[in-house]
Amino acid sequence: MRPGPQARDRDAFLAGLAALPEDCILASEEERRPYECDGLSAYRELPWLVLLPRTGEQVQLILRHCSSAGVAVVARGAGTGLSGGALPLDNGVLLSLARLDRILDIDYRNRLARVQPGVRNLAVSEAVAGHGLYYAPDPSSQIACSIGGNVAENAGGVHCLKYGLTVHNIAALKLVTIDGELLEIGAPAPDAPGYDLLALLTGSEGLLGVIVEVTVRLLPRPQHAGLVLAAFDSVESAGDAVAAVISAGILPAGLEMMDHLALQAAEDFVHAGYPLDAAALLLCEVDGSRAEVEAQVDRVRRLLADAGASEIRLAREEDERQRLWAGRKAAFPAVGRLAPDYYCMDGTIPRHHLGRVLATIDRWSHEYGLRVANVFHAGDGNLHPLILYDANQAGELERAEALGARILELCIAVGGTITGEHGVGVEKIDQMCSQFAEAELRQFHAIKKAFDPDGLLNPGKAVPTLARCAEFGRMHVHHGELRFPELERF
Amino acid sequence: MGGEDIGGELCAQVEQACRNRLALCLRGTGSKAFYGREPRGQVLDLSPHRGVLSYEPSELVVRARAGTPLAEIEAMLAAERQMLAFEPPRFGGSGTLGGAVATGLSGPRRPFSGAARDFVLGAGLINGRGERLGFGGQVMKNVAGYDLSRLMCGALGTLGVLTEVSLKVLPRPEIECTLVQPCSQPRALERLERWNSQPLPLSAACWHEDQLYLRLSGSEAGVQEAQRQLGTAQLLEDDDWWPALRDHRHPFFQRQAPLWRLSVPPATAPLALTGEWLIDWAGGQRWLYSEEDPARIRTLTCEAGGHASLFRGGDRRGTVFQPLPPALMALHRRLKQALDPAGILNPGRLYEDF
Repeated sequence: MRPGPQARDRDAFLAGLAALPEDCILASEEERRPYECDGLSAYRELPWLVLLPRTGEQVQLILRHCSSAGVAVVARGAGTGLSGGALPLDNGVLLSLARLDRILDIDYRNRLARVQPGVRNLAVSEAVAGHGLYYAPDPSSQIACSIGGNVAENAGGVHCLKYGLTVHNIAALKLVTIDGELLEIGAPAPDAPGYDLLALLTGSEGLLGVIVEVTVRLLPRPQHAGLVLAAFDSVESAGDAVAAVISAGILPAGLEMMDHLALQAAEDFVHAGYPLDAAALLLCEVDGSRAEVEAQVDRVRRLLADAGASEIRLAREEDERQRLWAGRKAAFPAVGRLAPDYYCMDGTIPRHHLGRVLATIDRWSHEYGLRVANVFHAGDGNLHPLILYDANQAGELERAEALGARILELCIAVGGTITGEHGVGVEKIDQMCSQFAEAELRQFHAIKKAFDPDGLLNPGKAVPTLARCAEFGRMHVHHGELRFPELERF
Repeated sequence: MGGEDIGGELCAQVEQACRNRLALCLRGTGSKAFYGREPRGQVLDLSPHRGVLSYEPSELVVRARAGTPLAEIEAMLAAERQMLAFEPPRFGGSGTLGGAVATGLSGPRRPFSGAARDFVLGAGLINGRGERLGFGGQVMKNVAGYDLSRLMCGALGTLGVLTEVSLKVLPRPEIECTLVQPCSQPRALERLERWNSQPLPLSAACWHEDQLYLRLSGSEAGVQEAQRQLGTAQLLEDDDWWPALRDHRHPFFQRQAPLWRLSVPPATAPLALTGEWLIDWAGGQRWLYSEEDPARIRTLTCEAGGHASLFRGGDRRGTVFQPLPPALMALHRRLKQALDPAGILNPGRLYEDF
């Protein structure tokens, strides 16, 4: 453990940062309070100090100082993350990149935009819309979340199957290392010499460096999109329908599923006109030229009918399409109206296990006495069970967390992963001990050391210490026994 | 599915080499032995470690041992009307999955579908200590832990011995057709710049000897519509044209002179370097035979925002890949150290000093 810098003299530390303008420093308790949590508000910590630089040079200055003073740093973008990756430290600096919010350059000829990390995701697409271009990754928080955070978490969205994640849609980064050095990673060309550090850094949750600039790739916006909605009597048959569409050679731009509870909540909230008696609802969007879309919509409709859809609707016109999407996009807040609190999980599973996984979650939901609504990025297997609870009822939060942890272990058991797009953060750090073996965790720590030998960048997140896993293993005692004996192993 | 798992033996060999500080030269079929700096060390033969482990067409995922021939995987995918969309080159018709990922090379579809690294979902590997590790998985989205699977792409085996790889696969397009237009190099680059910004179903674009070759992929109606937008062109009936380009069987690649590969932002104007050019990736990848000073080739490419590598031939004991700035090189060295502390895996293949 580092010596407890709580006792450290904040003024002495700030004396070393005299070059930093005063309005970049938030030291009083009321100024620091808004930064105590990110989108995962169940975890809170008042940061020791908040710094809000305006330039990359100021970020370099801050990190150089933190490094020499041995003070830990947590970088933060818009604070919309759902895994507590930007949870501050009571003995470290919370480094907000929110003021680095300028679009620096748009290269229309090569379809690249050079932006600062605090630029909002949607702002990029808005800036280039006039040229028929857009930035593809569209996490549900896209009106608020920032590009720097998207890179740190490798953010996804509802169009990943066809258009990829953040890692597929960026070309270059400028990274400040913990000792204040500025590195240029990647290139505006199709690839860059040396190791693929762009891939290594994307999704590294602020543990390897602080991003001060991102070059994103822009795509020509498809001319048309067509949406097919299909209702099913069971979750299994909806899952089979997804497999049928993909096996037929169709690569949907978006393929989303909602279970009964989620679609009911969404309908109550936005009145999209969803069939309320359905056990599962599928939204399948295809895009391309008008001729392409017409042809694909027709094939999708026939495939879904053959897969046993009880009802099918087509949205060829834009307003109808937007209305049907509105329900899905509002699914989280809609479910949020069903209970005082909800806990959003983010496991990913091979799609053919969907029926079994949802049936198991349903059984556990009864066992724990907590309702669970399921929203599923069906195209890429990313499952978001939303566990409903009431934090004011004694023990409910703990039960929700226990159920959530069990769901994540189930995802691992069927060959999936504990996090598809939200990141590990502090939230899923114990499940990392189940996902990875000791040698793999040791390898992660060695990589971390190559960037940050003293462990000052976002300590305690993303990768658990071996000691923590030993502790976790003792508490849960599952490494010695076969969990979920009902599930096939491979 | 068959094949053999010799992972245990491979681990033991790497572990022993680590103890004895003995350099290992990783080798599948040897089809890319010409690539990179001169190989050295004792050959670690990965070709027996082969076999497809799982393939579920409706999941769009294939997982196989690294020594599995690409041809075997691609034949299996073709039977389900699917493909490796990054079109890894098969030099001399051979090559393994591990070699394709370790070199990170991609074919003509790359600017439109993605590179090798974009399709890697997970990897099993043996690090330089002889430990067998697994990263990523068989699902499209996975952000648990650092992305070491993609880090292996293009690392030329210097960070680990790939043992298994999971790849995303894609459906084959319903139809494809190739258009040819006569066109100078500057004019071709202008046209490609314009079309790259439009939502066209392009799946390859190449310029050579005053001809622009365009491949369209999609549904019949979609491809026909795009054909009209691209203007006057001849239909090329040769189905082998793109595979020949992909596998370097095209006549351009048959010369014995040193071959340069230039990776540049696609809209880069023709570079002032004399020699024979073939432009692929809609402008982003430019092949060059040139007598010019290597330093000048690197400098001009670098000024254009790209990098140049000596792809085949030339002095393989000297600089083959674009040198890195000192701070970045130091980080590379530390990463190498983190994965291969004894420096035994393909030493010197990528850069001279590790």
